[in-house]
Amino acid sequence: MISGAVVRKNSYFDSVFLMRVAKNLSQQEGVIQAAALMGTPKNKDLLREIGVRDPEAAAAASQDLIVAVKADSRAVLAAILENIDSWLQPPLESGSCVSVRTLEEARNRRPRSNLAVISIPGEYAGREARKALELGLNVFLFSDHVSLEEEVSLKKLAREKGLIVMGPDCGTALIGGAGIGFANRVRRGPIGVIGASGTGIQEFTSLVHRAGSGISQAIGTGSRDFSDAVGGLSFLSALEGLEEDPGTEIIAILSKPPGKAALAALFPWISACRKPVITCFLGLGERPWPNGIAFKEARTLDEAASLAVQAVSGSAPSFLAFDSPLIEEWIQKERSAKNPTQKYLRGLFAGGTFCYQAQQVLKKHGIEVYSNAPLPGNPKLPDPFSSRNHTLVDMGADEFTDRRPHPMIDSRTRYDRILKEGEDRETAVLLLDIILGFNSSPDPAGDLAPAILAAKEKAARRGGSLSVIASVCGTDEDLQDLKRQIRLLEEAGALVLPSSAQAATAAALLAEKL
Amino acid sequence: MESNLKDLLQQGPAAVNLGLQDFAASLEMQGVEVIRVNWAPPAGGDPELMAILDELL
Repeated sequence: MISGAVVRKNSYFDSVFLMRVAKNLSQQEGVIQAAALMGTPKNKDLLREIGVRDPEAAAAASQDLIVAVKADSRAVLAAILENIDSWLQPPLESGSCVSVRTLEEARNRRPRSNLAVISIPGEYAGREARKALELGLNVFLFSDHVSLEEEVSLKKLAREKGLIVMGPDCGTALIGGAGIGFANRVRRGPIGVIGASGTGIQEFTSLVHRAGSGISQAIGTGSRDFSDAVGGLSFLSALEGLEEDPGTEIIAILSKPPGKAALAALFPWISACRKPVITCFLGLGERPWPNGIAFKEARTLDEAASLAVQAVSGSAPSFLAFDSPLIEEWIQKERSAKNPTQKYLRGLFAGGTFCYQAQQVLKKHGIEVYSNAPLPGNPKLPDPFSSRNHTLVDMGADEFTDRRPHPMIDSRTRYDRILKEGEDRETAVLLLDIILGFNSSPDPAGDLAPAILAAKEKAARRGGSLSVIASVCGTDEDLQDLKRQIRLLEEAGALVLPSSAQAATAAALLAEKL
Repeated sequence: MESNLKDLLQQGPAAVNLGLQDFAASLEMQGVEVIRVNWAPPAGGDPELMAILDELL
């Protein structure tokens, strides 16, 4: 084995592009391992850990690109490193694309710009978001690791200027019919959304679309907006915006439970809203508001979508009715095929909100689960890489995505974890979410189906049966093709239900009988 | 020209993208106007130099 690296000075590439380059290089014959990353101190540590000792790479700076390769021969290594620029070609840009060097230049070139979409590393993101606001741009801030103080300061500035900061840590928005970040292609319609979670917005808007209705706007606030520290600053802007938006007839609010002080401050605004409001505060324990409130409450994202569609169309969507007889029959069949060692449910999620919502559903059934992202009252999984008893894992959490792509973009970590759960003779049920839409993996069900089949095969060889329950978040207009994704999962032996909450309910009904 | 949230909601996005090229590409695919900023860490990523630059500009 031989390793080597090349450095391109002052060549910045984004992390998703570089992960794709590394993946393409790794798939070349004779390549054992490949990395393509910017020369930050943390990345250089990573290179040392995987055994790349290259003086030029060691001397690289944050704005320098390093491509490092381990190969089984000098010829393979040389062929790649000598032609590295051919691997670094960005995808073809569209005809309308204009590139500039700074936000100021962008604003000057196109004065009608009204939104900065920022997804650079967190340590720089606040600085650019402030510049964008000062230039009069709204901000969609995908970056995380922006400090709480900076978030509050940016959001106060935005409110002063009549603008909004969606984020930090905002994954999804639908504005004027356009999906931003990880969004699904959905029909336009009368339902407006304010959401603190990207996958929460994706599930709600996809279900509304599948029910035949549509979305006027879906505004992300970022995960911390409802905390007491931030006090719902972006939420308030979004609520005012949707109240005035002529295309919005009803407003759905999706979030984990707000902080107590934030809720006390926001409650009067929600109650006084001139348009009907539906709230879905996942994991909410005791209701913190009085009876006789002026808005409807949903406990799960699918219930929120169902209530919203019912409010605008007059009837609840039939495809979201829980098909109890079919699911009971399936559970009886699955249960009878288990061997005595198979006792536990293992949930492997790409969407953090789905992991959280599933814990809420299981809790309602009296089932305690370990998780790396536990619902209050649930035990924390000591080692996120190793399940114990009933376990639900948020595989989009930092510990899984620090040096690897998010499972919504690349299924590899989840593929491996499915195989690992399949090796465990105590695993009885796998619970999965598949997330479609812009910027997600082009074929997530196709990526995972071989692992599902292999895990089921393992269980069968031990004389048991592995049950797999899944849901697909997406629409028939998404590039990945909802129907095909469902078919691939069903062909791999999974029970596919129309929503993540229903999949969790079916998993709970089976788990409580194990 | 200053914009505000109301303009954004009524007119739809005209975007400036900093960061992931995929985000710009998915917006362009939907017919959204996008200007891409070829962003790189300012001052070579040195926080002290960045602070000095911010003071100067």
